[in-house]
Amino acid sequence: MSSATHKVLGTRPIRHDGVDKVTGRAVYAADVDLPGLLHGKILRSPHAHARIRSIDTSRAERLDGVRAVVTGRDLPDPGDRTAFLGELGQVPLKYMSFNVLAGSKALYHGHAVAAVAATTPEIAEEALALIDVDYEVLPPVIDVVRAWKGEAALVHEDLYTDEMGSKSAAPSNVASHQRFEKGDIDAGFRAAEVVLEREYRCATVHQGYIEPHASTAQWNADGQLTIWTSTQGAFPARTSVHQILDVPISRVKVIPTEIGGGFGGKIPVYCEPVAALLARKARRPVKVVMNRADVFTGTGPTSGSWVKLRMGATRDGRITAAEATLVYEAGGFPGSIVACGGICIFAPYDIPNTRIDMYDVVVNKPKTAAYRAPGAPNAEFATETLVDELSEQLKIDPLEMRLRNAAREGTLQSHGVPHPKIGYAETVEAALRSEHYRSELSGPNRGRGVASGYWLNVGLTSSAVARVNADGTVSLVEGSTDIGGTRTSVAMQLAEVLEIAAEDVLPTVGDTESVGFTEVTGGSRVTFATGWAAYEAGQALRRQLAEQAAKLWKVPAETVEYSGAVVSARGDASKRMTLRELAAALNKKGIEVAARVTVTPKGVGGAFATHIADVEVDPETGKVTVLRYTAVQDAGRAIHPSYVEGQMQGGVAQGIGWALNEEYVYDDDGRMLNASFLDYRMPTSLDLPMIETIIVEVPNPGHPFGVRGVGEVPIVPPPAALSNALYRAVGVRLRELPMSPPKVTAAIQSH
Amino acid sequence: MSARVHIHMTINGEPRELLCDPRQTLLDVLRNELRMTGTKEGCSNGNCGACSVILDGSLVNSCLVFGVEADGRSVETIEGVERPEGLDPVQRAFLEHAALQCGVCTPGFIMAARALLQRNPHPTEQEIRHWCAGNLCRCTGYDKIVRAVSDAARRMETAK
Amino acid sequence: MPALAYAAPRTLDEALSLLRTHRDGARILAGGTDLVVQVREHRRAPGLVIDGKQIPELMALDYAPARGLTLGAAVPCTRMYENEALVRAFPGLVDAARLIGGIQIQNRASFGGNLCNSSPAADSIPALIAHRAVCRIAGPEGLRELPVEQFCTGPGRNVLGPDELLVAFSIPAPPPRFGAHYLRFIPRNEMDIAVVGCGAAVELDASGERFAAARIALGAVAPTPLLVEEAARELAGRPVGEDAIGRAAAAAQAACRPITDMRGTAEYRRHLAGVLTRRALREAARRAREARS
Repeated sequence: MSSATHKVLGTRPIRHDGVDKVTGRAVYAADVDLPGLLHGKILRSPHAHARIRSIDTSRAERLDGVRAVVTGRDLPDPGDRTAFLGELGQVPLKYMSFNVLAGSKALYHGHAVAAVAATTPEIAEEALALIDVDYEVLPPVIDVVRAWKGEAALVHEDLYTDEMGSKSAAPSNVASHQRFEKGDIDAGFRAAEVVLEREYRCATVHQGYIEPHASTAQWNADGQLTIWTSTQGAFPARTSVHQILDVPISRVKVIPTEIGGGFGGKIPVYCEPVAALLARKARRPVKVVMNRADVFTGTGPTSGSWVKLRMGATRDGRITAAEATLVYEAGGFPGSIVACGGICIFAPYDIPNTRIDMYDVVVNKPKTAAYRAPGAPNAEFATETLVDELSEQLKIDPLEMRLRNAAREGTLQSHGVPHPKIGYAETVEAALRSEHYRSELSGPNRGRGVASGYWLNVGLTSSAVARVNADGTVSLVEGSTDIGGTRTSVAMQLAEVLEIAAEDVLPTVGDTESVGFTEVTGGSRVTFATGWAAYEAGQALRRQLAEQAAKLWKVPAETVEYSGAVVSARGDASKRMTLRELAAALNKKGIEVAARVTVTPKGVGGAFATHIADVEVDPETGKVTVLRYTAVQDAGRAIHPSYVEGQMQGGVAQGIGWALNEEYVYDDDGRMLNASFLDYRMPTSLDLPMIETIIVEVPNPGHPFGVRGVGEVPIVPPPAALSNALYRAVGVRLRELPMSPPKVTAAIQSH
Repeated sequence: MSARVHIHMTINGEPRELLCDPRQTLLDVLRNELRMTGTKEGCSNGNCGACSVILDGSLVNSCLVFGVEADGRSVETIEGVERPEGLDPVQRAFLEHAALQCGVCTPGFIMAARALLQRNPHPTEQEIRHWCAGNLCRCTGYDKIVRAVSDAARRMETAK
Repeated sequence: MPALAYAAPRTLDEALSLLRTHRDGARILAGGTDLVVQVREHRRAPGLVIDGKQIPELMALDYAPARGLTLGAAVPCTRMYENEALVRAFPGLVDAARLIGGIQIQNRASFGGNLCNSSPAADSIPALIAHRAVCRIAGPEGLRELPVEQFCTGPGRNVLGPDELLVAFSIPAPPPRFGAHYLRFIPRNEMDIAVVGCGAAVELDASGERFAAARIALGAVAPTPLLVEEAARELAGRPVGEDAIGRAAAAAQAACRPITDMRGTAEYRRHLAGVLTRRALREAARRAREARS
């Protein structure tokens, strides 16, 4: 179907769940209520690193109103079993179990060590203070570089490095070392006429979703467990609970509530298993709601990192070699997404010789989780600022430099996979042509920076169930939880196939019993993969509708067509019904037209972006004001442009916060000092300009409508765009995030 | 345990009475006692605005008001915004401009926007941004929220 | 959990009587933007919260050039900046009222509550000090007065006895050729605690060309807000201009005793103290010039 003829795709219908959300009726996880509900609270380690010698819960258990107390001892022994953790593949189950409730060690300030269920939240809170934990405090490991170099205590005495496939001789804080290599790196650098090498640091940052985690668990007497929870994937959550609690998966039902933001941070489970353990012990449903401090210290921020980057180019601007060392924080348990950093770091460029060493390093910080294009911002911050430096030295316009080296279809990536059809160069060209880039920026201490970015996007499995209703509308149960409006963009794809209005599709988000297996809402996959499921469901409905009409008319099925929401028999003008008429007729006969689809599409298209930022710096205070910002992105095909724009703007806002002010601040004992929105500084409406968006469409041939995931790449370019802009404003290059006012001031003063 | 206090307040124009622990905030009272869960809890220390309500005509963070303080007062929440004839112009504008993604900050923003437009029917972009700086949104980058509030202001002017 | 009770007395005497009975176990509630959080996070555990917002003296807002300004301790910031007479006469105070938190906070937070919370970084305190504000404190002995700069004794600590409460501020009417300004540095544009704050007030001489007198106060650079008399002395008699302002700023920097914490290093704060003093003085001088014309 060519885009010229799309009736629904590209329009901007009101989202189907919108009215509930603007009236406060939508039910989020903390809004769930059940008869007999108890309230759960979690006790967290005040120490960054400590052996737990014993936990005495007796005083807490005796408090009036307390109905259950649990610790890590209440978890089934994970032993050496492995568990499947989505993009990370198979991981030792103990990393998941003991993150939910500590085992023999507290591994970060905020690590959950016990939990209480009581008749009121206040009593549960009071009971926490009555739990006596005997800690043997150990030296905290907070700096990832020192941990990597072996200059710190061991976080896990039994962790050995997976050194490119073989196991290290001695235990280490380096959980793994992987390498991607392509071409001949030494020859590549010999061919270069300019070589630059730099180091970059990123602080630990959090996704910052406004809704804290919350889960409610209820057991039936027959052993059936139901969990209502704020999650980016009901099925992955079900799998995690089944694995951690060793409960048969068929006995676990997860009902995803509306979710108040996730950005990757609500893929792992935190409250779900704890609520379930408490509910089983108390024999009553239990709701566990995190407070904001818990969210910062007890969930999964993304990796802080150290990156060393070396790039070489010839005088005419061709990059001949690039070598990177990525050292990423995994947090208290192994499993950072450093590999994604390695895949993305050079993806926009056609560099014949590359080598990337990726290190996953444990530290006494919360176990990291994904955060919007996980691993990519840290890595591409380095590339996009170094390319800027190269372009300046070579006296080439920075966008021109990118065009000269742009990856295209067929370009071999660092990990050996050729790019399919991509739209990177198109984003650079659109940026060059943009009114923003062509406009003049004048005034003291002002500068303009550009940067590009890439995110790989994923496919994975998605399901949908579609049913034609008696009035000709179509109910669509989608397997993907909806964190940004995707239930509508998925519904629009079904509507397009059936040639009906978007408003005539009634989408809902299913639970683990009402729809087929669906992977996480993440990886920018929902509009792509769940959209595809909806597409296939639509195709199936078209076929069934034609078949059923044929039966009604008693004509051969091959003679009946579905087109324009009308079924008709070829050659007989009298045999013609609208979808509404057919639906009513079938309903009278008790005939259901429905389709159940599960797809695992392979044709994923990666996403590219190029951004332009104008800043003004106050050189006396180091404050950076973003004056103007334009985000150009290849969306493949923008199904609902308003929500594509929204993803771009939201990603930019997070990227700006990451670049300028957000960071986890620790004291010398490894405790997080700024676990609140007061001092973990996310941008407010007064900190950002309007964010202009330019959507480029280079359709992804791997999707029936050309869709590319759009949600993640927009967070990637802002840190480098701002660093490059800052350089042009005041002549200093900052290579450490955040580029907070004290750092900017210090850099200017020492310039 | 604190003795619970009998309080009366008017919520969205309707008289309500309840027993309230002095330790409870107005947010606790709304959500847990009255089961009005439209007002959200994001941070509990006045830094995100998700709990915004209008107390005696003033926009406040309900997490920073003791429930007992609302005795004898009037409270407007998101549940009272919708009119009998349909959505209010701010709600409608938020939908049409796609000014929400996950929607959890939306009730707070709608209350803030309504309070703004009651005082200033023609706010500029900067005035909107300044007024809403106490409401955090992590999804939208605020661009479409600003557009929605501007548009709602225009519509309300035209409707006069 | 200790029990909490709430009272909303309608007179000052009632409030004082409650304080006498409960002494250390009672806290006065104004806007609640500090106290509610402290109670919820168990940083304070009063047995009784005494709501001051029904007491007329605490909610008074009255200005006349002859009498000066009476600002009740519990008057919310919004009432201050919605009062046209106050905005005209005391823009330097209104600066601070507009900066504390966001709109939701400003509708509740008060200068009195801000002072009694006694954070070294409080935004209202340097502005009050610059305006020569005086505290009116009620206790069992009656009323006493105290300049604002003597109120705080350390982070979170002040001179109030357990049976005393802050009733109101008295602020003298601005003399001729007076101008004042409060500004602070924060990493974002709103919602942050001041890294450094500066309240500056100047009086120009009859010619309008020289500083006659000044008061400069800094926040977040010492355990309490700091009145920097040395900085004011650098201005007195000097021509209005960058030279005098620069000297005052240097004196302000020298007087700082900042700490390093997660909001800023000592060095950065000392640097900002100079920057903000210069900026506050420039604007105060500009306002003073406007005032005379």
